[in-house]
Amino acid sequence: MDWTAFAISLQLASATTLLLVPAGIWLARLLAWRHFPGRSVVEGIVALPLVLPPTVLGYYLLVAFSRDSLIGRLYEDATGQTLAFSFSGLLLASLVYSLPFAVQPLLRAFEAIPPRLREAAWCSGLGGWQTFWRIELPLAWPGILSAAVLTFAHTLGEFGVVLMVGGNIPGETRTLAISIYDKTQAFDDAAAGAMSLTLLAFALVTVSVVYAVERRRRVPKTVGRLA
Amino acid sequence: MSRGLEVSLEQAAPIPLAAEFRCPHGQLLALVGPSGSGKSTILRCIAGLQRSAVGRVACAGSLLFDTATGVDLPPQQRRVGMVFQDYALFPHLSALDNVRLVLRDLPEPERDARARSWLARTRVAGLEGRRPEQLSGGEQQRVALARALARNPSMLLLDEPFSAVDQVTRHRLRLELADLARDLEVPIVLVTHDLDEASMLADQICVLRHGRTLQQGAPDEVLARPVSAEVARLIDTRNIHQALVAAHAPDGAWSELSWGARTLRTGHVPAFAVGARVAWCVAATNVLLVPDHARREDGENGFDTRVIGLLRGGALTQAVLKCSGAPGLLLHMTLPTRVARRHALEVGRALRVSLPREGIHVMPPPEEASSRHD
Repeated sequence: MDWTAFAISLQLASATTLLLVPAGIWLARLLAWRHFPGRSVVEGIVALPLVLPPTVLGYYLLVAFSRDSLIGRLYEDATGQTLAFSFSGLLLASLVYSLPFAVQPLLRAFEAIPPRLREAAWCSGLGGWQTFWRIELPLAWPGILSAAVLTFAHTLGEFGVVLMVGGNIPGETRTLAISIYDKTQAFDDAAAGAMSLTLLAFALVTVSVVYAVERRRRVPKTVGRLA
Repeated sequence: MSRGLEVSLEQAAPIPLAAEFRCPHGQLLALVGPSGSGKSTILRCIAGLQRSAVGRVACAGSLLFDTATGVDLPPQQRRVGMVFQDYALFPHLSALDNVRLVLRDLPEPERDARARSWLARTRVAGLEGRRPEQLSGGEQQRVALARALARNPSMLLLDEPFSAVDQVTRHRLRLELADLARDLEVPIVLVTHDLDEASMLADQICVLRHGRTLQQGAPDEVLARPVSAEVARLIDTRNIHQALVAAHAPDGAWSELSWGARTLRTGHVPAFAVGARVAWCVAATNVLLVPDHARREDGENGFDTRVIGLLRGGALTQAVLKCSGAPGLLLHMTLPTRVARRHALEVGRALRVSLPREGIHVMPPPEEASSRHD
């Protein structure tokens, strides 16, 4: 078992989840309730990592991280380091490839809140933030939990993009998935098996949790019927 | 600026609006009109949930919306008590918490007591701990009303509040609202497409079509004296006909209309010149049955008719009558079912009816080409 790789994977998945869920909530609310020009394009971009081969995504991220691109140059000027083959670069790539796994459940959760409830909150004197905290969040929490679990699990298991963008630097960018590949190549079946079993067990638990949460997510009958 | 509610809204799209009305302090105004007449849009504009292109909304001396001066208060600052058509109770909160949420500014013990007292006042005491899904439609409506009133609003807006409940509950809720409205010192605006409901509950009704206010007045006044054939049709006046002014009495006691080959005597209507085309209407309840044993000259504007349609309800019976010798001339009559039974009303029966002149209302003729012609 490669505990360093395990730790990197956990760090990457935790940081991605912590950053992506709040950003996903903002984006999902925007997509659920606002009509603006180019909305379909934004929805398309969000869903793109689901259909794009990880190598294609990885390639474009590498291009974006190079010194020839604005992002890469700005980051390098600010930190003196390159984004490619670094943990920061890996984190940025994770935010992109896990985006649909965060936004899709959040979008479904916020779309399920009848607009009338938000209006009732405003007419009851609740401001935008109070409406969000007291009405939207409690109603959308199963979707938020699903988004967090799926983002965490998907980041933990991603291989293609991680290899393209992060390479295989021990203690920096070598995640559990990369380590499994490494061990298999080196015929270390015991280590590869242990790590694979860990990821399998984790994936099974998370998917089961998501299904359980989805079942509880149904908005109470009265609202669904009357809205 | 008055203490009541003053509304003036105008826009061409997306929903055309040309609405202007007032609701005095402590009175209930019903906005009535067919589906799509802009009733709910107007209510949402008053609440600040929607904006009209041009307009002004003022209540209790405060300007809430005014395109001329750029005033546009958000819904939170309008002190509006709103009951939505589907009640829009917060499904994750108990009935008590739904009301308590509105009272956030009060200290905890007072908040609780006040919320409970409003729930008691709207007759849902004992159900404080239940969530909306555990409440019946009527109970949800009462909780929604308690939530709207708990905010101590400067106006109460009710968007078809009785449409999602059964008839028995609706009747009970209407009585409760009428009770409550008597004690409330704020303007109340009720949106409904049910004219009976409007006449039962409202001090004033305002008739709307395509976002345009056509007439505002006391229910009896609007029902008896619609300003136009369009309003008459919207308030479900069945006997709307066209005629020509034939004569005015020199002493101003009456006017006469030529309706087909018949002459109708009406109240004096000097506003319409002799020879002018007019519309006239009479409520179906003002078409009076002349008993068989009465003399033929009994009753004013007597007509020999034949019953061609009959609809017996519980308390009231509706009959369609064809005027003898004039195939196109039809009259609708509503009478108590016991009277209909006593006179053995049935299809095919010959019947003499009279139209008392005070029941006949004369209006300008309809403008549309599609209007009814006799």
